Amino acid sequence: MAKNVKVYSTPTCPWCIRTKQFLKDNNIAFEDYDVGSDHAKADEMVAKSGQMGVPVVDIEGEIIVGFDKERIKASLGL
Amino acid sequence: MKIYDLIIIGAGPAGITASVYAARKRMDFLVITGNIGGQAAWSGDIENYTGYQFVTGQELVRKFEEHMRSYDTNVKEGEGVIEVERIGELISVKTNKEKEYQAKTVIIASGKRSKELGVPGENEYKNKGVTYCATCDGPLFSGKTVAVIGGGNSALDAALQLARIARKVYVINNAPKFGGDTIMRQKVEKTVNVEILNDSSVLAISGDKFVNSITIKSGKEEKKLFIEGVFVEIGLIPNSDFVKAVEKNNLGEIKINNRNETNVPGLFAAGDVTDVPEKQIVIAAGEGSKACLSAFRYLAQH
Repeated sequence: MAKNVKVYSTPTCPWCIRTKQFLKDNNIAFEDYDVGSDHAKADEMVAKSGQMGVPVVDIEGEIIVGFDKERIKASLGL
Repeated sequence: MKIYDLIIIGAGPAGITASVYAARKRMDFLVITGNIGGQAAWSGDIENYTGYQFVTGQELVRKFEEHMRSYDTNVKEGEGVIEVERIGELISVKTNKEKEYQAKTVIIASGKRSKELGVPGENEYKNKGVTYCATCDGPLFSGKTVAVIGGGNSALDAALQLARIARKVYVINNAPKFGGDTIMRQKVEKTVNVEILNDSSVLAISGDKFVNSITIKSGKEEKKLFIEGVFVEIGLIPNSDFVKAVEKNNLGEIKINNRNETNVPGLFAAGDVTDVPEKQIVIAAGEGSKACLSAFRYLAQH
């Protein structure tokens, strides 16, 4: 069963683009929230991660801040 | 322990170009880097890299990375170098993953990073209102009041970007007048929701869970500004702390000659971490190529 993956990002941040590219390259489906335009999702991201840096990846409730490839891989079993 | 011909530290334009040359020279080498692309990845629009009339930093870095990876290059990504020293005939490279590598030659192409303010609260509120990338984090501050710290082009650029998003932007400049391009300065001065405070410096950053104010000294007067975002744009410093044995200039840049040699045999450097006169993507790439060819020549002679 595929894990539920959410990415909170802004369109202009290089690490966000790399994070999403990495997920795509590994055929991981994810929900993509632009926290620059969606204020409710921005608040949700801040509440979940306790900080304001992007990207934030939520993998079934596990919160990963930044493009932490090793943690993303471990969490998804890649 | 395995002994490499070459270790390249950094994978920005200089390090990646060096890696392409090393692969084509069939050198036995390794790339160690915190990230791919370095500052180039953060650049917005690039219009002066030969062959591209227009390209974004992201796109150019993607092309660079593709080129590097096309040779099955061994890249240790996400690994930070903490020490480089020459031991006997070899150079030892230690990393924050508690690993040590050895090579006959090393190219330091570790680039530069954002300078920090060094005031109370800065560390505590990193990513909690304090940020060094207006392009990345700016959109999170829509409708809020923020401060940009700095007086050069990067500060002006950040102020212009943020003025479109934020309710109000203060620009805190410690000089009596702005540096940077006249055209950009005039643009900022004309923007209604930007307030420029010259001759001002930040004393402290405060808040509870997130930043809610900064204390500044403006002229002789101390005052508090209620803001939610602090964008630090006070320039760059070279990532050269991990190597003690090389000569550096007063900015901390590694001194090199026109063959990219440092004062330590077998140790080369390239790109923005060096005292090369201009810091440009195309120059860093060229310097990376030169450094690799110099290392190749050194190996042939030793």
